Amino acid sequence: MSEAVLDGGAQEVPGKEGLVEDWARDKQVFGVPWGKAMMWIFLLSDTFIFSCFLVGYMSVRIATTDPWPSPSEVFALQAFGYDVPLLLIAIMTFVLITSSGTMALAVNMGYRKDRNKTFWLMVATALLGATFVSMQAYEWTKLISEGVRPWENPFGAAQFGSSFFMITGFHGMHVSAGVIYLLVIAFRVRNGFYEKRGGNYEIVEITGLYWHFVDLVWVFIFAFFYLW
Amino acid sequence: MSYVAIADRDHEQEHHDPQTFITKYIWSQDHKVIAVQYGLTAIFVGLIALGLSAMMRLQLGFPDQFSFINPENYYQFITMHGMIMVIYLLTALFLGGFGNYLIPLQCGARDMVFPYLNMLSYWVYLLSVIILLISFFVPGGSTGAGWTLYPPQAIMQGTPGTDWGILLMLASLAVFIVAFTMGGLNYVTTVLQARCKGMTLMRMPLSVWGIFIATILGLLAFPALLVSAIMMLFDKTLMTSFFMPAISSMGADPGYTGGSPILFQHLFWFFGHPEVYIVALPAFGIVSDLLSTHARKNIFGYRMMVWAIIAIGGLSFIVWAHHMYVSGMNPYFGFFFATTTLIIAVPTAIKVYNWVLTLWEGNIHLRVPMLFAIGFIFTFIHGGLTGLFLGNVTIDLPLSDTYFVVAHFHMVMGVSPVLVVFGAIYHWWPKITGRMYNETLGKWHFWMTFLGTYAIYLPMHYLGFAGVPRRYFAMGNTEFLPDSAQDLNAAITMSALFVAATQILFFINMIWSLLKGPKSDPNPWNATSLEWQTPDHPPKHGNWGHELPECHRWAYDYSVPGYEDDFIPQNVPPDKAPAGRDHGEDH
Repeated sequence: MSEAVLDGGAQEVPGKEGLVEDWARDKQVFGVPWGKAMMWIFLLSDTFIFSCFLVGYMSVRIATTDPWPSPSEVFALQAFGYDVPLLLIAIMTFVLITSSGTMALAVNMGYRKDRNKTFWLMVATALLGATFVSMQAYEWTKLISEGVRPWENPFGAAQFGSSFFMITGFHGMHVSAGVIYLLVIAFRVRNGFYEKRGGNYEIVEITGLYWHFVDLVWVFIFAFFYLW
Repeated sequence: MSYVAIADRDHEQEHHDPQTFITKYIWSQDHKVIAVQYGLTAIFVGLIALGLSAMMRLQLGFPDQFSFINPENYYQFITMHGMIMVIYLLTALFLGGFGNYLIPLQCGARDMVFPYLNMLSYWVYLLSVIILLISFFVPGGSTGAGWTLYPPQAIMQGTPGTDWGILLMLASLAVFIVAFTMGGLNYVTTVLQARCKGMTLMRMPLSVWGIFIATILGLLAFPALLVSAIMMLFDKTLMTSFFMPAISSMGADPGYTGGSPILFQHLFWFFGHPEVYIVALPAFGIVSDLLSTHARKNIFGYRMMVWAIIAIGGLSFIVWAHHMYVSGMNPYFGFFFATTTLIIAVPTAIKVYNWVLTLWEGNIHLRVPMLFAIGFIFTFIHGGLTGLFLGNVTIDLPLSDTYFVVAHFHMVMGVSPVLVVFGAIYHWWPKITGRMYNETLGKWHFWMTFLGTYAIYLPMHYLGFAGVPRRYFAMGNTEFLPDSAQDLNAAITMSALFVAATQILFFINMIWSLLKGPKSDPNPWNATSLEWQTPDHPPKHGNWGHELPECHRWAYDYSVPGYEDDFIPQNVPPDKAPAGRDHGEDH
């Protein structure tokens, strides 16, 4: 932070006390718009929700006495006559990570005030997100047709299906909400909604924060549920 | 982005003053109106919970005298009383009520940063309360699982309200958490980003500090409750087995397999223990301000008070399993959690010493808010000391699930915060309504409540030592309990009914004040913090008229030598008064 932020006449204090002084100083604690600060705090809270889900899942996985189904077999797909483990999940993960890339480009275009490109990149992000959710729906359908239910499944411990539907479902809801959120903001960008408010496109970045968070959570779900 | 000196970003907040009755008082986005809405709703459900406790006491004091109380009702009363008091009354009142009212005013902001979200927060909270109240009227009634809702019994046949009551309870909790999150994000962001010029964090009144840290605790602790509520809903409706082991119920196999009931306890208490401090920290903060204002002395050790609040908040996340000493844990866990629990005594004791030292040689005005604040110190020390007993594993084991525990937590997180709630209402009443209440009636209210609650909870410690278990509908012929235990129970019931009836004084006083009370001075207590310096009294929409206040000193410049008044408001510039102390360092 520059000198300009210093309280009238206040001196820079070194060390631990300086850290406290800096935080407590006569300014906004975070040099970002209110909405962005709030989104970060929300994501912190949401992190705790997903952490609790994942810890709960690990805990029941350890607690149950029935054998845990092997994810690489349950989630295998037939391709060209071979069983390819985790094929669909790999594609889903690729799609979602790609959407983070288009989102990052959209944020960049937003700050350049290129409304048209921002719009299309956000729509592309939303479409990739929708593709992810559709593939998840396909995966659910396939597992349900194989007899996997929240309360039982033919492969082993009942908690496998319970955790799977609960965690991927909760994440899928986040992605779906994100798709709607992205589309709303994208159309507002195109309509010139933000031109009337000082031409400020930080909202694109705030939307992006949420989107990247949802992607990041998926990486953890992927690691802890599918790879373990 | 260029630096904005603690933003007065007026252009971002559109100040169209609401015109109609509906936009002004119903769909209001004004933090002060939302605060009152939160407060009234919370007090309303709180009165229901008070009624429930009276019913429980009737049964305990005079067993089998009342045909309308059977064992099933009794468990439902226990459950709903606990849940309502902890979450729907105290959490909502401190954060939604006082948080909403005090944060923008004491920080010198025009409103919360996102007023619309703030409004939604209240309406979603109201929805959660409505869902909760509906559960009284569904077939089977509300849940009787105890406020901790432990599985397996919470969702098994035999517990009252397993058909609908538990579903509505869990749904209501989930909705409450959504409401709290919307409000909580606002409170935290407002404190961090929207303070007025000169209001450094270390100049904020301790009320704001307490509410601020409590809100952060809420944002990090409620997720655990949300997750456990969702899992239990699935266990109930979809027959999943997150918390349910293979179990036989009434001779039949309900079909559960391999879940972990202990997992629920961990999740619940990971929320449940911070929840204690979500209720206590705002009380700590508010009581500091009441003591300082009415003793005309600066709060002793302001910096340490802030650090103690932060330390207690941090520690509260690593003590949860002290609620589970009897659940069956690795003994080393008990060692760890007992240690962390007892460490909390250090910052807490710092706070208590500082409160007492604030009173030392102060110019004490025993007005009603001050009486409640001093009463709080008594009940809080009392409840805190019994906490030391229960924090130790070996002492906790025999005392667990006895009336000693009931006495402990009612002292420390029931009576203490409620005394602060009353003190705070009396203190800020003139600011909220612009009218004064009757001082004598207020004093009667204090003394009857304070002495009455002691008469309720002090004997409970003895009952606990004697081994009277809690949550029992009736003792039956218990060999080891003397008959006098029943006499004591009858006496406790009399006191409880007396205290409950006493609260009528409070409502009479407040209604009288609203209708006929004398107009109050804008700053009747000669207080320093910004909410007493508003241009309008009571403050209008936008709080500060055209110009935001500027803060030039900490909130505790009382009895500063060489100044004509015995208080210097925070917005008095340095050229008009002795340079104020900043945050308690010695000059």
